[in-house]
Amino acid sequence: MSVSELELQDVRGPSALGGGWRRSVELLYLIASTEFKRTYFGTVLGYLWSLCRPLLLFAVLLEVFTHVIRLGSNVAHYPVLLLMNIVLFGFFQEGTNTAVGSVLSQEAIVRKTQFPRLVIPLAVVLTSAFNLLVNLVVVFAFVVGFGVNPTWTWLLFPVLLAWLFILTTAVSMILSALYPRFRDVSIIWAVFSTALFYATPVLYPLERVTGTLKTLIALNPLTPIFELARRWIIQPDAPVQTGPLYVIVPAVISVAICALAVWVFNREAPRIAEAL
Amino acid sequence: MQHCYAGAARRTAAVTAPSRLSTDAVTGQGEPARAHRDPLARPVVIEAMGVSKTFRIPHQRIDSLKERVTHPLAAREYRLLEALKDVSFDVHHGEFFGIVGRNGSGKSTLLKIMASIYRADHGRIRMAGRLAPFIELGVGFNPELTSRENVVLNGVLMGLTRQEARRRLDAVLDFAELRDFADLKLKNYSSGMMVRLAFAVMVEADADVMLIDEVLAVGDAAFAQKCMDVFRARRDAGKTVVLVTHDMATVQSFCDRAMLIHDGEVRYIGDPEEAALRYYRLNFAGEGEHVAGGVPDINARLIDAWLENAAGERVENIEQGEPIGFNMVVEARRDLDSPVFGFFFLTADGVTVFGFNRTLALPDGEPDMLKAGQRARISGTIENRLMPGRYYVSSMISRNRAQGDLALHVLRLLDFVVYGTRPGPGPVSVDNDLKAVVEEGS
Repeated sequence: MSVSELELQDVRGPSALGGGWRRSVELLYLIASTEFKRTYFGTVLGYLWSLCRPLLLFAVLLEVFTHVIRLGSNVAHYPVLLLMNIVLFGFFQEGTNTAVGSVLSQEAIVRKTQFPRLVIPLAVVLTSAFNLLVNLVVVFAFVVGFGVNPTWTWLLFPVLLAWLFILTTAVSMILSALYPRFRDVSIIWAVFSTALFYATPVLYPLERVTGTLKTLIALNPLTPIFELARRWIIQPDAPVQTGPLYVIVPAVISVAICALAVWVFNREAPRIAEAL
Repeated sequence: MQHCYAGAARRTAAVTAPSRLSTDAVTGQGEPARAHRDPLARPVVIEAMGVSKTFRIPHQRIDSLKERVTHPLAAREYRLLEALKDVSFDVHHGEFFGIVGRNGSGKSTLLKIMASIYRADHGRIRMAGRLAPFIELGVGFNPELTSRENVVLNGVLMGLTRQEARRRLDAVLDFAELRDFADLKLKNYSSGMMVRLAFAVMVEADADVMLIDEVLAVGDAAFAQKCMDVFRARRDAGKTVVLVTHDMATVQSFCDRAMLIHDGEVRYIGDPEEAALRYYRLNFAGEGEHVAGGVPDINARLIDAWLENAAGERVENIEQGEPIGFNMVVEARRDLDSPVFGFFFLTADGVTVFGFNRTLALPDGEPDMLKAGQRARISGTIENRLMPGRYYVSSMISRNRAQGDLALHVLRLLDFVVYGTRPGPGPVSVDNDLKAVVEEGS
């Protein structure tokens, strides 16, 4: 053993990325792929199930909103818009709701080894992101099948996906860091994310809403993602609002949520093992 | 630091003094080797300075926001548990370092801080090289994954890169003798296979510093012995081993130095036998922490102990097969109610070969008690089936038979060599009438 290997280095204790970047990335890959296998390899139809879920929800909602409530009657390509929105929101909902209890479910690893805490919620979101990508292939098959013409703005879609991914990760970080200390975070979030489903233009386009409610929905950081996706992918001439209120403010709120996530996670990470 | 050096000096003395028979041998050829092996001369690989850790234990655990809202003041009702108070020590390269203390003394907390699982409130720990903590066997094993995948995952957890972990995969599977089951999910493994795999992962982790927390407690004696062989091999290969335990036999037979922790404070660092002795005093003497090093045991005192050969002469070594004449005299320093005298014969490695208990042989009607100032003599002849080699005897005297309170514990009561020309495997030989013949008609 050489002298340089014997150089003393500070033991800094547990943290979000303790043990170095490289190790964190490798663990992230291993945990995410494990999670993925665990979800799908045990079931008979395997991966098909993850496709069936949004498709079934889509079929139900399509029936309800085109024949019963007629919410999408005047919206161009409403069925594919609905499908795309459900898949996008499904990612956010699945990612955050799984992330809440993720640290607790990895209790053995957290309490018995040196483990970068951030990897746990990140792995959950990454697994959901993988589902999202496969689901999007189906969505785009429908989009083309319903006669939507491809445009150059399709190339901007990854920007929206990145925004959605970062926001989902940030919310997951906050939830997973708080859950070991406040166990009812999971219940609150289950209710809250369902409410958010209706407070986001998933089932309806934003222009259908008026008054204070519209302002509130416009403040939702998820709103511009759905509105812009509609315009860029499905309906280039959609009456989408692009004023500062509708893009800049939600973007600023998104950044604020990310900052809050980093702060909360770094604050809680060293103590997670003690709270479990 | 004063403790350390005093301890090291004492250790040298402890090795030579009680073994009267072998003083020459040890001082004659042992010194240069010892100087070479002296871990204190090597560089420091773990340095802890003033490490403190306080846990806040809520009187009533508040797990939900609702409770927090409905009982806003309840949150402040914490009990502070000082798990570690200003702990400082050094571990040197290639050392087998023991951390001993009773349950709740803070030793596991210290290990978890060293392993970056908890964060210290104050103080600083510095460490050199790659560290592999073994808080438990098979941590992070996922029953849904194959053993191949689990080994890689575990390797990365231990700080290897994925490539390194894969390279080591074959060695691990070979060691565990599970190559044929490499692609079987872990949930289909028997518990024995699982332990073998977990153990193989540990063996092949090959870290510079191994932190081990009572891993040995999980298995049977044979498994514990296998573990210790591995740790020792690691140490001999120049790795550093830190072992947290409350098994004093392990500490005495394997550690180069030991640290005693009590109530979160370092009470002693140095000679493992001294650390073990103080541990027993803390736990059994009843006088708590204030028993100073030189003060004899308060319940009983060892007067003398010796071995005799068949001719009745005091000897320090015994010929193979010759009966062992055993003698011990102890004096009670206070009344010992229903005393039990226990003896263990151990190999030099600390493996117990056999042991026995004796109670006072009493005339009818006498109370089963050794009064203060009275002496008891335990003597007799022991059949000698020991193979040539070095052995020692440890003795434990307890009072109040039902409770088993320890009155006197002598870790190395006697140290002797069995000499002979018929060595064999294991520490004992047994009579048998096995025969090997050519089977008729084959």
